[in-house]
Amino acid sequence: MSRSRLYRLDVHGSPYLYVAPFFVIFAIFGAFPLVYTAWVSLHEWNLLAEEHPFLGLANYTALFADPYFWNALRNTASIWVLSTVPQLVMALGLAHLLNRRLRAPTFWRMSALLPNITSVAAVAIIFGQLFGRDYGLVNWLLGVFGAGKIDWQAGTATSHIAISAMVIWRWTGYNALIYLAAMQAVNKDLYDSAELDGANSFQQLTKITVPAIRPTIIFTVIVSTIGGLQLLAEPLLFGGSSITGGSDRQFQTLSLYLYEVGFTRFDFGYAAASAWVMFGVIVLAAAGNYWLTSRLRRS
Amino acid sequence: MTSTLTRPTPARHAPAPRMRRTGRRPRAATAGRLTYLFLLGFALFSAFPLYWSLVVASQDNSALGQVPPPVLLGGNLMENIERAFGTVPFLRALTNSFIVSASITVSVVLFSTLAGFAFAKLRFRGRNAMLLIIIGTMMVPTQLGIIPLYILMAKIQWTGTLYAVIAPSLVSAFGVFFMTQYLSEAVPNELLEAGRVDGCHTLRLFWHVVLPAARPAAAVLGMLTFMTAWNDFFWPLVVLTPEDPTVQVALSTLASGYIQDFSLSLTGTTIATVPLLVVFGLLGKHIIGGIMQGAVKG
Repeated sequence: MSRSRLYRLDVHGSPYLYVAPFFVIFAIFGAFPLVYTAWVSLHEWNLLAEEHPFLGLANYTALFADPYFWNALRNTASIWVLSTVPQLVMALGLAHLLNRRLRAPTFWRMSALLPNITSVAAVAIIFGQLFGRDYGLVNWLLGVFGAGKIDWQAGTATSHIAISAMVIWRWTGYNALIYLAAMQAVNKDLYDSAELDGANSFQQLTKITVPAIRPTIIFTVIVSTIGGLQLLAEPLLFGGSSITGGSDRQFQTLSLYLYEVGFTRFDFGYAAASAWVMFGVIVLAAAGNYWLTSRLRRS
Repeated sequence: MTSTLTRPTPARHAPAPRMRRTGRRPRAATAGRLTYLFLLGFALFSAFPLYWSLVVASQDNSALGQVPPPVLLGGNLMENIERAFGTVPFLRALTNSFIVSASITVSVVLFSTLAGFAFAKLRFRGRNAMLLIIIGTMMVPTQLGIIPLYILMAKIQWTGTLYAVIAPSLVSAFGVFFMTQYLSEAVPNELLEAGRVDGCHTLRLFWHVVLPAARPAAAVLGMLTFMTAWNDFFWPLVVLTPEDPTVQVALSTLASGYIQDFSLSLTGTTIATVPLLVVFGLLGKHIIGGIMQGAVKG
């Protein structure tokens, strides 16, 4: 082969070689399972059985008639709202403070990110202790203020609050750093003139910063939707590895239900169907939140 | 998705913007006492649960029933650690987690840099479509494929082995996107063209020009990947056994007794968190830089 042909082969062919590892591995362990989930969901599919009879959409109709599924959906939605709204609002406030001229900025940023490097499993276990009924620190603190002990795990609302606290703790600082990065790109002259007009810090945050970083806010809302609707470790370990999410399923999330169906009942067909429905829920919720956050801009 | 990463160090030390700044009012509001008070409050809020975990880990389980609860470290840490190592195979778990996280990190960084080089600097048919697919896959929830992935692993008899945990994470869409963004800025086209004129083939260009330039971003991506792999929970829990676990799986075993022994399980969380705290203490500044650079671009 001539030199120039070799050269052209290199220039035109080699890029495919460089992106190939990603696509090959992703095809096997990423794309194939996704598509295969749809196929499995149309069958009665037990891990141990040899035969997998075709069911059509029966798994889906059964799922939509399944009270446990609706319960898990309600719990997931409730925990998502309870965790995401305070988390993003607090993150905005924290980022606003971090955006000032600080001494030792790296220290404050690192302290904000500290919870995020802690594993979900560790967070869930630690907060399980903090929210414990008998020896939990939160109940002790409530006692100091004269309030009675709360059995956090037993109630629907209380367990959702405890689980949301884990999510809020782990993700507020992370989101604050993302907001901070966006805030640093905002033109500082805007703040100068606002200050001349007598706007206080809070007004600057709501009137200048929030509109300016709206794309980033939308981004974080979408990302926390995708993440928040997949909560698993928090409810699982909060209940001491109770796969039902409490004795009355009061804090069983969709992912936990998927885990229960798939890996304790080994009903893979049904679990695959619930995975697809969960995906649908996430897409709908992400789209809905996108619509909501973009509408906020105009009001 | 249009904006790109900035090169960390050169941009910061570029003299031009700094000179333009002189003579202006202060760029950002200076922090007052109240700001520091709030930040201190938040720092305590961040650190307290980890500190508390250490306190409980250093106490006898019965000490937790005291009123008021202990707030200082007790003397039972070593004993609890011994107990934790006796209850679950923690040494094995730490080794496994290290093997898993290190393999995933090396692979993700290498393949992301290769693909990022191609996407950022080489022209080829289908390039934009492929990049779009990669960005699209970042949005797909990981749990969607977990059932067939398990069926696949059972079929090739990888369940219960570390291969099952490592293989699906060998590449990362985020990594490719991150390196593409970085390399399109960090490697000057003229340098690549000059290399071509000198007769370098692309793999040599990759080795001698791209890899050295990619080092800062590769380090950040490596750290983020390592932490994600170390902390991964659902898939290892599903596919591994309690006898041969990763750290997170071992933690869930520790926490799942009928009677919750908190000094034992919080000793576990302390052991599991310390390696990450060390990494974070040494390299936290870069991790923060990576998150702030990589995340705004949505």
